[in-house]
Amino acid sequence: MIAPNNMITLENITKSYKMGKRDLVVLKGINLQVKKGELVAIMGASGSGKTTMLNIVGCLDRPSTGKYYFEDKEVSRLKSSELAAIRGKSIGFIFQTFNLLSRITALANVELGMTYAGGVNRKAAIEALGKVGLDKRLHHRPLELSGGEQQRVAIARAIVKDPALFLCDEPTGQLDSSSGEEVMSILLSLHAERGTTLIIVTHDATVAHRCQRIIHIKDGQIIAEENL
Amino acid sequence: MKKLVGLLGAVWGGISTHKLRSLLTMLGIVIGVTAVIILLAVGKGTTESVVSRISSLGANTLFISPGFTQTSGVRTAFGSANTLTLEDANAIAANVANVQAVAPSSTTTVQAIAGNQNMRATVTGVTPDYATVYGVKMAEGDFITADDYNSNARIAVIGATVATTLFPDSDPLGQQIRAGNYILNVTGVMQSSGQSIAGSTDNSIITPFTTLQLLGGQSLTKNGDHVVRTIGIMETDVKYATQVTNDITALLLDRHAITDPTKADFQITSVEALLASVNSITGQLTLLLGAIAAISLLVGGIGVMNIMLVSVLERTREIGIRKALGAKESDIWSQFLVEAIFLTFSGGIIGVIFGVGGALIINRTGLFTTVITSSSIILAVSVSVGIGLFFGFYPAWNASRLEPIKALRTE
Repeated sequence: MIAPNNMITLENITKSYKMGKRDLVVLKGINLQVKKGELVAIMGASGSGKTTMLNIVGCLDRPSTGKYYFEDKEVSRLKSSELAAIRGKSIGFIFQTFNLLSRITALANVELGMTYAGGVNRKAAIEALGKVGLDKRLHHRPLELSGGEQQRVAIARAIVKDPALFLCDEPTGQLDSSSGEEVMSILLSLHAERGTTLIIVTHDATVAHRCQRIIHIKDGQIIAEENL
Repeated sequence: MKKLVGLLGAVWGGISTHKLRSLLTMLGIVIGVTAVIILLAVGKGTTESVVSRISSLGANTLFISPGFTQTSGVRTAFGSANTLTLEDANAIAANVANVQAVAPSSTTTVQAIAGNQNMRATVTGVTPDYATVYGVKMAEGDFITADDYNSNARIAVIGATVATTLFPDSDPLGQQIRAGNYILNVTGVMQSSGQSIAGSTDNSIITPFTTLQLLGGQSLTKNGDHVVRTIGIMETDVKYATQVTNDITALLLDRHAITDPTKADFQITSVEALLASVNSITGQLTLLLGAIAAISLLVGGIGVMNIMLVSVLERTREIGIRKALGAKESDIWSQFLVEAIFLTFSGGIIGVIFGVGGALIINRTGLFTTVITSSSIILAVSVSVGIGLFFGFYPAWNASRLEPIKALRTE
């Protein structure tokens, strides 16, 4: 049974890739529930499977076996166009490498976030950049911005469509400590003000300890959970 | 609508980032479309100028010329036999239905002299119907009448070149020309006819057939019939061309006592049939020219495909980002396809401008007559859009099938 206020329900999720003749098993039976409005950190060493799990949760990838319920809908077997619709409407991604389009301005990057989620609204895009403190940087291209500023553009690109779920893959991994702190405080305030569900994959224990729950992954399995 | 704006924004972004590359890609299409339009215009123009020379005679005319003679198995050229006669012409006029005018004629060449001027000119002996069949237009005076014909009148109707050569300073009407031992009075001057398949009358002195007989430009057959060089026929309507041709063939075979139609000693050429064969030849020529030009369009199309494939590779990460943001396969697919079509369509439009300009310039130089048809423009533009569709399809499909996580991992 799916608990009614669950955002994410993973049931015995496995994921394996063909590597030549062998199967490389990355996830070996993940069971996890995340409630709406929760703030969860996922920790684990490189190669532990945490990014693969995040990709499945973010509908960028499908599990090999097991069931994934997003809110109350099973999405593990949906068509790629249906997964794309969920990504567009309900999920905001923050990547370690920002993933902005370098040839267009900050404002255009934020508008790009709206293109596949109902349409461009310039006023809302400018507002979103204002919320992350970049109202003076609208027409700068990513390469003219610092790492912290680029990550804030990426956050603005996600919040502009007001998604139910934020997925952050090492959001501060490439930032110095002060820009990392800025990005973290924006993400935390987003959670506090909007009640957005937030999942942060991180190496950084100080980042993880600002969340409500920490899930430890090793070799494709959840080995421990801490409630903070 | 918002979706369309997003799509066009993405397309423009892709194209404007690589302006030079986009221009070079377009260039292939521009050259192809320009070539197609110019070559089709040349083909069409050539057809029309040939057709207009032929049809200046009227599609409802046909010409009978004598066949070849055969002496001890040696064939001479068509038209060399003395097998057509004035009497044949009269028989046609009397017996064949739907014939409006019959114009037998015969020619001889004389040294024409007027005052202190002289020239080599063709004297053509005709019947009054000649003006109708050959579409003669008078500049001044009158053409030969039935009275002139019946009275062997010593008169001449002269062509434009003859008029200016023999009478450079004065009005030729009423003056005299000496042709051989005879004096002819000029009673008419024809307008310049230009070149047509029946030749030009500009260099001619036209006189009643009966008068030509006096001049000695006439031979008789064994039976005493009067040999003519050509018989021109005008049907009452072009729709009778086949019937008239068949009836004349039957009549002449009978008169010449020939039983095997393949051994006919005359040949009938109808302007309509001539037009049809000219149209068919020039049509094939135009097709050939178009096909050569189409090859350059094809090469341009392959260039578009090449660039689109490179562009997809280069923008793998962009595709990953767009997919993570919610782009469906169809969004990515349409973005790259529209980009390819945009390149070829703009190339097509620029090609049309160059092609039409080029065709007009060629026409101006007088090297070729060019005729630009709207159908060639529509064809060229739609083919270039079609090339974008065809050659953009595979790269766009490739792009849409990229898996988002793999695409995002690409550097």
